[in-house]
Amino acid sequence: MKAAAFNYEKVSNIAQALSLLKVHGDQAKLIAGGQSLLPALNMRLSAPQILIDLQGISELKKIEEEGQVIRIGAMVTHTQIENSALVLEKLPLLSQAVTHIAHRAIRNLGTWGGSIVYGDPAAEWPACAIALDGVMLIAGPNGQRRVAAKDFFQDLYTTDLGPDEIFLGTEFTMTALKSFHYFEELSRRHGDYAVTGLASQVEFDQGSISAIRLVYFSVAATPVLATKAQNLLQGKKPQDLQNKDLLAQVCALARAEVPTVADITNSATMKTHLVGVLLERALKAISLSI
Amino acid sequence: MTNKTTIQMTLNGQLIQAEVEPRQHLVDFLREDQSLTGSHLGCEQGACGACTVKMNGQIVRGCLVLAVQADQATIETIEGISTSGKYQDLQKAFLQFNALQCGFCTSGMLLAATELIETNPQATRSQVREWISGNYCRCTGYQAIVDAICHVLEERLAHA
Repeated sequence: MKAAAFNYEKVSNIAQALSLLKVHGDQAKLIAGGQSLLPALNMRLSAPQILIDLQGISELKKIEEEGQVIRIGAMVTHTQIENSALVLEKLPLLSQAVTHIAHRAIRNLGTWGGSIVYGDPAAEWPACAIALDGVMLIAGPNGQRRVAAKDFFQDLYTTDLGPDEIFLGTEFTMTALKSFHYFEELSRRHGDYAVTGLASQVEFDQGSISAIRLVYFSVAATPVLATKAQNLLQGKKPQDLQNKDLLAQVCALARAEVPTVADITNSATMKTHLVGVLLERALKAISLSI
Repeated sequence: MTNKTTIQMTLNGQLIQAEVEPRQHLVDFLREDQSLTGSHLGCEQGACGACTVKMNGQIVRGCLVLAVQADQATIETIEGISTSGKYQDLQKAFLQFNALQCGFCTSGMLLAATELIETNPQATRSQVREWISGNYCRCTGYQAIVDAICHVLEERLAHA
């Protein structure tokens, strides 16, 4: 079917976008890449009165490095991330995750910001942003604010972003420590939404795990950090992860602490099982990493 | 009462101007307003790839772009690519390898293949398969399409 009628305004800066949001309130929808919005419009799942197009805001389209901080602008496309040498060097978790996003034609238009603010439970970027300890940058009528990625995703399709606010991008602070990343999605067919996915970032200090973030996605309404499993892995060395007892203990912890919700084709029990499967694979990779 | 707006674009090499409603997506605009029916609609959700066209040099889902978003853009459809002759070898390969039956997916497959040839001329068979996994075919079972694209990649490398 065809979308219901709406008005359309293309803005050239953030102030204009904020002003239009103020005028139109919940009758307005921001459009970034449109790769999630347009299907909703075409199927009439969404029927706003006005679309505010952010494509003209060039300052949001940058991947920038400033000292120890890398900033990914909200309007950066998935393909830009796929092609970025800087991301490959400094945030390789994103380079590995990006080819799991839909297909190339969609990646050419879809954006970092669109994925982040849509908050789909199966999305890759929210989980990766948490795994990399990112900070979300937000502009609103009262100025700018910052929210840690792990606090940003609140419920199904619900983030901390207010209705009168615009997401500007995410900042990642680089560590001097040696890092390792692991990303995997399990799905019935290649290219399907994940049944269960894991985005993980590890930092080593003198050969021991000084920080580890295990972020599961497609398991519940939002990405989930397996904090108890993380705590148990703190201080361990890669070779310790070859110990079968430790592995069993960590996986049992993760399966117990990560809430899972059934989806249309997979039971909660299946997802819980896959939480353990993914963690085993991740830990094996980490054990071989040094 | 409609809220039509005027847009301009370079379409298959020609500068055109048209009036569109904001809600009209690009493929409907191309098919119905410009009579370029080579691009097809299969799902209108971005999943099937039959609507794939080129916008500003990149493949996009024509059903997931509004015509108003294509204002000031450069658009290429299968008609333009065919006329340009730039991918005659790819089109011939599709015929040679029997990579189409009903032809509904074909324009989308060809458009997708052009971007692979441009960005990864040394793509392996596995990479070709992954690349076109965003385009559905109900007739051929895909092998012939993959064969055709691999053949073109090989030939182009051999003559590079």
